[in-house]
Amino acid sequence: MIDQLSAIEQEALAALQAVNAKDALENWRVTYLGKKSPLMTALGDLGKLSREERPAIGKRGNEVKSALEAAYADRVEAIRKAELQHSLTAGALDVTLPGRPRSRGRLHPHTLILREMYAIWAEMGFQVYRARDVETDEYNFELLNIPPHHPARDMWDTFYTVTPGVILRTHTSPGQIHAMHEYCPQPIRVILPGMCYRYEQISASKGIQFLQMEGLAVGQHIRLGDLLGTMSEFSRRIFGPDRQTRFRASYFPFTEPSVEVDVSCANCGGTGCGVCKYTGWLEIAGAGMVHPTVLKNGGYDPAVHSGFAFGMGPERIAMLKWGISDIRYFWGNDLRFLEQF
Amino acid sequence: MKVPISWLKDYVDLTLSIEELAKRLTLAGMEVEHIEYYGVPGSDLVWDREKIVIAQIVEVRAHPNADRLVLADVDCGGAASAGTALHQVVTGAPNLFHLKGQGRLDQGPKVVFAKEGSVLYDGHEAGRVKMTLKPAKLRGVKSDSMVCSEKELGLSDEHEGILLLDEDAPIGMPAADYLGDAVLDIAILPNVARAASILGVAREVAALTGQPLKQPLYELHGTGPQVNEGVKVEILDPDLCPRFTATIVRDVKIAPSPYWLRRRLRLAGQRPISNLVDVSNYVMFDVGQPIHTFDYDKLLKRAQARGDDRPTIIVRRAKTGERMTTLDNVERELNSENLMICDALGPIGVGGVMGGLETEIDDHTTNVLIEAANFNFINIRKTTQQLKLPSEAASRFGRGLHPAMAPRGNIRAAILIQQLAGGTIDTGLLDNYANPAETVTVTLPVAEVKRVLGFDLEVEKIAQILESLEFTAEITNQKHLHRAADAVPVSEIVVTVPDHRTDISGPHDLIEEIARIYGLDRIPLTALNDEMPPQRNNPSLAFEERARDLLVRVGLSEVVTYAMTTPQAEAKLLPGERPDDRPFVMIANPISAERSHLRHTLLAQLLEVAAANSRHHAQVALFSIDKVYLVTEDGPLPDEPRRLSLVLTGAREPESWTRAGGHESDRTALDFYDLKGAIEALLDGLHLDGAHYEPIEHPTYYPGRTARLVIDDRHIGVFGEVHPQVREGYDFPEQPVVAGEFDFEALMAVVPGVSRISDVPRFPALTEDLALIVEDKVPAEKVQATIMAAGADTALKRAQVFDVFKGEQIGVGKKSLAYRLTYQADHTLTDADVAKIREQIVKRLREELNAVLRG
Ligand SMILES: [Zn+2]
Repeated sequence: MIDQLSAIEQEALAALQAVNAKDALENWRVTYLGKKSPLMTALGDLGKLSREERPAIGKRGNEVKSALEAAYADRVEAIRKAELQHSLTAGALDVTLPGRPRSRGRLHPHTLILREMYAIWAEMGFQVYRARDVETDEYNFELLNIPPHHPARDMWDTFYTVTPGVILRTHTSPGQIHAMHEYCPQPIRVILPGMCYRYEQISASKGIQFLQMEGLAVGQHIRLGDLLGTMSEFSRRIFGPDRQTRFRASYFPFTEPSVEVDVSCANCGGTGCGVCKYTGWLEIAGAGMVHPTVLKNGGYDPAVHSGFAFGMGPERIAMLKWGISDIRYFWGNDLRFLEQF
Repeated sequence: MKVPISWLKDYVDLTLSIEELAKRLTLAGMEVEHIEYYGVPGSDLVWDREKIVIAQIVEVRAHPNADRLVLADVDCGGAASAGTALHQVVTGAPNLFHLKGQGRLDQGPKVVFAKEGSVLYDGHEAGRVKMTLKPAKLRGVKSDSMVCSEKELGLSDEHEGILLLDEDAPIGMPAADYLGDAVLDIAILPNVARAASILGVAREVAALTGQPLKQPLYELHGTGPQVNEGVKVEILDPDLCPRFTATIVRDVKIAPSPYWLRRRLRLAGQRPISNLVDVSNYVMFDVGQPIHTFDYDKLLKRAQARGDDRPTIIVRRAKTGERMTTLDNVERELNSENLMICDALGPIGVGGVMGGLETEIDDHTTNVLIEAANFNFINIRKTTQQLKLPSEAASRFGRGLHPAMAPRGNIRAAILIQQLAGGTIDTGLLDNYANPAETVTVTLPVAEVKRVLGFDLEVEKIAQILESLEFTAEITNQKHLHRAADAVPVSEIVVTVPDHRTDISGPHDLIEEIARIYGLDRIPLTALNDEMPPQRNNPSLAFEERARDLLVRVGLSEVVTYAMTTPQAEAKLLPGERPDDRPFVMIANPISAERSHLRHTLLAQLLEVAAANSRHHAQVALFSIDKVYLVTEDGPLPDEPRRLSLVLTGAREPESWTRAGGHESDRTALDFYDLKGAIEALLDGLHLDGAHYEPIEHPTYYPGRTARLVIDDRHIGVFGEVHPQVREGYDFPEQPVVAGEFDFEALMAVVPGVSRISDVPRFPALTEDLALIVEDKVPAEKVQATIMAAGADTALKRAQVFDVFKGEQIGVGKKSLAYRLTYQADHTLTDADVAKIREQIVKRLREELNAVLRG
């Protein structure tokens, strides 16, 4: 009987060696450890043995059972590992294939550059104030110290409407007057973004419609040095800390003194190239101290109040910042352009 | 304005390099846009100082083998006096041929001589092509050098003959020293009319570099008869012509101007014509005062025709309907706003704008009357615009010149005409100064300088800056009575404005001059430290940006289109309908026929953009948020409300290898429900519920595929599949196009201010499906609303349609809708709880919509 048990053990262990898959393993378990297996049958028949034979055979039977169960458990683990190993190797993907595309919308670069500018100005306390596109001659020119037939009117080629005295604003500056009328006598720090219109032939750098962003600060102690400091701060933040800023004297009827703000050319680092027309500088804004007449027209007393104003072209700033070669791209709405943002 | 450095040096010594000078001028508001160099370093063609020199032609001989060439013997200095160092040059210059065979010339022409090895531009090549002079034989005669044309030197494109210099050109001098130059191209701002001349720029240079200005002499030494015996001047409208001066130069000889003057004019951008004409232009560039010259004999003849002994010039407004032919040979009709220069017979010139043809100087003129006057700049600008007669003179008068300039310009012109054309100047200057300009004085409180600029500048420094610009500055220490006796006296500077300026009227104007000349680069940069204004939210902008982000998130791209369009372009949206009859804002001076009116809608242009992009993109999904312009009854200015427009067309999914059969033709097209999904996503992102979609008819859209969005009883907009007839008006491929336009202001008005966030449910939800059959015409929104109403105040939280089916199995004219109902309560729901609610819902559906449960 004991020999019989040893034979079962040997046979079972030998069979287990040949098992390599989960199904076969289950078959093996049923065959050798199942209720009807020879081993279990033998153990079940213990009661039929004599009292003398029973302990030795019982002990041997349980030894065989433990040995087979242990061997089974090892085999289960080995097969699990092997299968995992197999699946890890066989399941490899070509990770270099492109992913499933998601449809992604884009903001127009106008929106992107405006938001960037809003954020910088907001941190300096300048908030967005928007005004109308269709304006009166009075707001667009006269209240800004540009009387009819003034030579300075040559600076703006104007679109007129068929209604006398109604024009498309040539700059965002009329917003200065609107803001002053609304806020006087409080101090003011606003930026005035918006569309402007000029009667010009469309070219790579000029359009009939374009974005402008005006800025206005009015208070009791605002100095030219503040304007220069603020503009230079803005240009460092929008273009990067290495960019130099310089100021040139200029002329605008609504500011005095007036300046033109240039930044050093990023393309050549200031040594001169085609982008900066070999000057090393790129113009980004016109600015100046608010003219006393304009302060007065806005309701402020120029003997007490002072202020500065500036105007810049967000499209031009975007062009300089992102290397866009032609302003017409902003209006072409070609997705091959827009998708690059 | 073009400023030749050699000319500038007439009035100021230059202590800076040209580049440094250009930089200083630029920072001071006279932007040097470009520097053009001629022959000197910086130029594309630098003239070799050894090889290219001034020379004299001493004899011109015939070429032995060629009629169209001559041999010129050239003396370029050094040992040439011995006659041994003459160079023989073979040249085809036609302007030497008349000297051929005259033997040794007494006063041979001065020329620019280039020796062997010189680098020049090739005169025979188009454009500027460099070449090096090498020895060669020209029709059998050796040639190793040449006499140069302006083109060969790069001075101009002139290659008709060689360049002939003035008699006093010094033989042997390097051409670079005699002719080399640099020309600053300066952008003149409207307020610096005073600097729109060589003298004006020199004044700026003097102030910026601390050099004295070498003022020209304005002294007239007339020897002829008294000028007022030759002409009378009456000014009838002194408001439009404050001053009129006249001189007469008799017995002049018309001839070409000498080379130095022709060269200066050419460098300044003006074509030389003849000495009399050139002087007018020269004086205008030189000191800034425009000049007009009349043929005096023609004026005299007109006067004598009336029996007068001398002409009387009358400056007056034109009579309505009066006519005159201007110098450009155009007869012009005038009105009473035009100021005319007349004589007793009628108009002889449009004051300050253009002279008349009849009294113009010509090749036979011997006696000249020179006019230098001053005109009201606004009137000049009006007349220029009205007659469409822009001229260099009018543009200068139109910027505002000081009357003090008139006699100065006149005297300069008279002297120069005599110098170039000979003759005698009448004695005296006729000066009718009918409306004298007042001397302007401005009191500048020194504290004001600091208040504006932000830093202290010594009062002496301020005075010195002003004086460098020819202001007089008198420092006073005013003791104000209301101040304590020991207070520091308040400094003021009483400033008198020089009489070449018209742009200074108050302290601010002076402060600008101080900042400019002191140097903007020296002003310390500061940060704003003034009181911070109240900070305000901008809900309108914030809402706009939020909507943009939400639309981008669902895959739409933003575009921006022009405000200007045409009613015809917008009428394409309404095929077969009466066009939009609401009035448009109409542009009086459109730049093109396609941009003549301000838009009423964004959609027309958005469809154009979508169609254009469809040519290279399988999927196009666009939106725009922008203004439209609506004329109102309330006033001259239109309303400018915002609109939101959307367009979707093309493939629903981008092309990808991950899709089975990823060919374009296999992909499903974007349709109505894609657009509606985008709109719902936007509304969801805005926390807007209660949106209704009403089926409507609209000419832009496909019948039965059009909806109106209604929120809180407000019509927000219409969207749908674009009508095939509308779609055909654009260049779309054969595919559905869905689009919509919404009133963005109305949308903003219905959006709740703050949306509150609910707790996440603690108990599990139960879901069950409900399939029912209704008449096809019953809108799903109605079924949904009925379900929700029946489940109101119960655990029913959501009903979501997940299947729509039509087919024979359920009967014609019917549809099956399957809903997934979600129940949720603050306790664990049992099947029994839900069964009760479901019963209510089914009952209500049956009663109100005649719905039957589907097996
Ligand atoms: Zn550069």
